[in-house]
Amino acid sequence: MTANQSNKTMLEIRNLKRDYELPGGMLKKGRTIHAVKGVSFKLEAGKTLAIVGESGCGKSTLARMLTFIDEPTSGELLIDGKTVDTRPGHLTAEMRQKVQIVFQNPYGSLNPRQKIGDVLCEPLLINTKMSSAERRERATEMLIKVGLGPEHYNRYPHMFSGGQRQRIAIARALMLNPKLLVLDEPVSALDLSVQAQVLNLLADLQDEFGLTYVFISHDLSVVKYIADEVMVMYFGEAVEYGTREEVFSDPKHEYTRTLFAATPQADIESIRKRMAAKAAAREQRA
Amino acid sequence: MALLQIDNLTVEFETANGWFKAVDGVSISVDPGEVLAIVGESGSGKSVSMLAVMGLLPWTARITADRMLFQGKDIQKLSAAERRKLIGKDIAMIFQEPVASLNPCFTVGFQIEEVLRIHLGLGRKERRERALELFRLVGLPDPAERLKHYPHQMSGGQCQRVMIAIAIACNPKLLIADEPTTALDVTIQKQILDLLMSLQAQNGMGLIMITHDMGVVAETADRVVVQYKGRKMEEADVLTLFENPKSNYTKALLAALPENATGDRLTTVSAFFDGAPTPAGETA
Repeated sequence: MTANQSNKTMLEIRNLKRDYELPGGMLKKGRTIHAVKGVSFKLEAGKTLAIVGESGCGKSTLARMLTFIDEPTSGELLIDGKTVDTRPGHLTAEMRQKVQIVFQNPYGSLNPRQKIGDVLCEPLLINTKMSSAERRERATEMLIKVGLGPEHYNRYPHMFSGGQRQRIAIARALMLNPKLLVLDEPVSALDLSVQAQVLNLLADLQDEFGLTYVFISHDLSVVKYIADEVMVMYFGEAVEYGTREEVFSDPKHEYTRTLFAATPQADIESIRKRMAAKAAAREQRA
Repeated sequence: MALLQIDNLTVEFETANGWFKAVDGVSISVDPGEVLAIVGESGSGKSVSMLAVMGLLPWTARITADRMLFQGKDIQKLSAAERRKLIGKDIAMIFQEPVASLNPCFTVGFQIEEVLRIHLGLGRKERRERALELFRLVGLPDPAERLKHYPHQMSGGQCQRVMIAIAIACNPKLLIADEPTTALDVTIQKQILDLLMSLQAQNGMGLIMITHDMGVVAETADRVVVQYKGRKMEEADVLTLFENPKSNYTKALLAALPENATGDRLTTVSAFFDGAPTPAGETA
């Protein structure tokens, strides 16, 4: 999607696993849930990897591991060529700044009692020694960059629409100049027309800052539009991984084919076919 | 005769800045055996207009319509008791959040048998038999065991099947499905849509699909109504709508679909028209 052809690997994961232990009770034995069962991929700087799968397939667990919210059970995580020590307490502030996340629901991910300006300034307050005037200036710049205005600085989240809130969440993620952005279903809570605006904004920002995206989604039409590479997950495993063209033109795994077949077709040919089938069925009954 | 005919429906809510029109003079009609899709973004009034038909809006809402005919009878003129006999029996509705629309305190068996008891007055044994039959019809595995389950013991897709079973329990003439698959995965969405379409074809009931997803419209509808901010933008059969949309709002919606992207940016709705969107038939 970008002209940023440095061919540098931004993110690499090797055999990443995450198990959750379910505690047992007096009569019940404890169980282990394998949420992610050894996933590996390599992603170049400035590219977009889309991760597709249904609920419970481990795609959000993977996102949590990439952003250090959750610690992997085993496996290696390399960012910008450096192995990340993901044990609690061993993460450097520098590493944390490189990776940021945007969550699915912009209604839940912003603190309702915090003004937008404070939302954007907080990462700077914690991570840098900027003065308050500098912070304010940076936050205002970022607001304009994501298509909002300086007048929004002192407003509260409830005064914004869903699309605007998602813009604020994106602005917050960009405040520390990250290299890698993990987008966990960033447009699935938005209306079609707003979805188009936010996707365009993400494309603009990727061009401008050379960002690398890990884009988690269940909507194949969005994935087809935005991704360079696609990974399909099913029950914690990556069942399909390749460039967008490979995956969409020649899906290898049974599940990927099921997924494609289940996606509603909005082109005129398939509507015509459906109407013809329906008319035939109606005649048969009559 | 149309199964449901609504003329010039307006729904208003009182706000601090006066009355807000959620639905503004919308007319809709559905024939028996027809699938009508109502499409629109959030705030377009697509759900509110159907809730007005069901009588499920809060008392603060002001509902006016020239006519609201169901099988030739005006629903507005019915008493509350008469209306309750109609709603849930001849007109049924399925909601967006299947898990939230079932009562968590009762087994799903109790909830489906309640409908059969109140509307059809069936005895205990007949109710059980009909409930099993319905669960089998909507494709729930092991129906006898399922009847004893609580909503939290089932997945979202299974809960939606239970909701559909409850909705079609009394063989309704009209089924209103309000975003029935929005909360579900694509593969489950396909199964639920296929189920709805086959039930609709078998029973010959009228079906109103409320949705924001153009893909769902393309896969299910015979005829489509497009709404925006409480006003009807366009009404057409499904092929005409996709092939040759009249209203500039419909054109913009179709252009914003990622699969219709040309170049490396999407066309946004606001980029499509300078002023307000205009309904088909009016000039911009």
